[in-house]
Amino acid sequence: MEKAEEKMMASKKSESKTESLYTKRTDGRGFEELRPLKAKVGIVPSADGSAMFETGGTRAIAVVRGPRTLHPQHMQNPETGILRVNYGMMPFSVWERIRPGPSRRSEEISKVSEWALSSVIDLSGFPNTVVDVFIQIPQADAGTRVAGLNAAAMALAHAGIPMKEMISAIACGKMDRTLVVDVNKDEEDFEEGEGATDMPMAFTSRTKSLALLQLDGKISPEELKKAIEMGKKACEKILEVQVKALKEATGGKDE
Amino acid sequence: MSENVIPRLQKEKIVEYLRKGKRLDGRGISDYREIIVERNVSKNAEASVMVRVGETEVFAGVKMEVTEPYPDSADEGTFMTTAELHPMASEQYDIGKPGIESVELARIIDRGIRESGFIDFKKLCIEEGKKVWQIFLDIVAINDDGNLLDVAGLAALIAIGSAKMPVYNKEENKIEHELTNESLPINKEAMSFNMTLHKIDSSLLLDVNKEEESVSNCRLSIAIGEFGGKLRITAMQKGKEGVITAEDMENILKIVEDKWKDMFPKVKKLVFE
Repeated sequence: MEKAEEKMMASKKSESKTESLYTKRTDGRGFEELRPLKAKVGIVPSADGSAMFETGGTRAIAVVRGPRTLHPQHMQNPETGILRVNYGMMPFSVWERIRPGPSRRSEEISKVSEWALSSVIDLSGFPNTVVDVFIQIPQADAGTRVAGLNAAAMALAHAGIPMKEMISAIACGKMDRTLVVDVNKDEEDFEEGEGATDMPMAFTSRTKSLALLQLDGKISPEELKKAIEMGKKACEKILEVQVKALKEATGGKDE
Repeated sequence: MSENVIPRLQKEKIVEYLRKGKRLDGRGISDYREIIVERNVSKNAEASVMVRVGETEVFAGVKMEVTEPYPDSADEGTFMTTAELHPMASEQYDIGKPGIESVELARIIDRGIRESGFIDFKKLCIEEGKKVWQIFLDIVAINDDGNLLDVAGLAALIAIGSAKMPVYNKEENKIEHELTNESLPINKEAMSFNMTLHKIDSSLLLDVNKEEESVSNCRLSIAIGEFGGKLRITAMQKGKEGVITAEDMENILKIVEDKWKDMFPKVKKLVFE
């Protein structure tokens, strides 16, 4: 029903040519409005660090174990500890069940998340060790890698891993010609006009540099610049939620 | 520091306490830790649940698909259990191919549910010989602080017990992204519940934590149900290299029978309410 209405509206708008076919978000949010955010630190008490981050119907949990001695020994680095990230979706997190175990997609996401987080942590004080970050998605409604990064950054801070900056991440999107933040699954599947462009990105908290950036779709350089600005603004709000959750967990002590 | 290497001194301390009938965390020998259940952890599943017992934490979910039946049971649905003992849960597990711990856990839970008659597989037949429902039960361990078997077993029962059938579009042979109000065809009277005992020194313990588990060299899992008002054992598995003497066995049966009477109504409540 909603889809039919959308199409009707879409065909009306397309007559004018200058306006985008995506004029109203499927869940009624403003274009720069995030879904309801929730964050909690310390969800797995016996891990070295742990956190949950939720945006709308997407929930990520992250667990940090380490620093601990890295085996096999030949992988050890005598100058620094290393970070390993493992991302995975639970088989029942999406409507079409996912086969358990690693996939090409999950391996790539693990690696880009590892690069993003490595850019802000300093493991030089822990030579020959490894810090493992495990990200699991129990429930997905798009944006799982960025929710995972938000949870992972909190879990690393919770574990007391030296961090130069925090990381906050968001998925920006473009449905036809409309830019939005915090894309949901319906929007990810938008097919009219120019279709959907998905832009997951992560910002460092102080220098506001990009620690992760991926793009999938079709977009002009001007629009991309605008999307990055929108993402940066959204990440300010995410950072607030992350810091608040960390303060609650550490009893008000600042990082 | 390796988490699963418990110093010998600690082991001696555990044994010393047990000889006085005490446990290091203050529990009695057949006490379970507090059970916390959180339902609907995934809106995209036919059922999903998080169960935490002490600090052992497990997610379980049910997904359904329509598939071809096995040739030897053309009018029965199928059932598959997988378990991911993720390195997230403990450093003793590796990423990738499931280790023997995952395989054993999934098989014990699979057998327990299948053999008890809890699921009526004949009612999962859509078209004999052609189309049947397939139930996927997926278990993900988030934290292993001992006794994963019982915790995962409980999560599995709650998931199966609370699952709703999805809407099946016969004409187009596809499952709609929608659930009905209909439960899975389960036989409430045929539910059995698994309890695992560990033998440390000569003491028999229920619901061991990780520390206790790592010094135990013998475990026995027993699934018990109530059939026509009578208590029946529906599945057993002895694990690890230690042995069970005739005297142990008698004690084990006494302990689990008593504990089962206390636990079973609680478990039933969690599964069916």
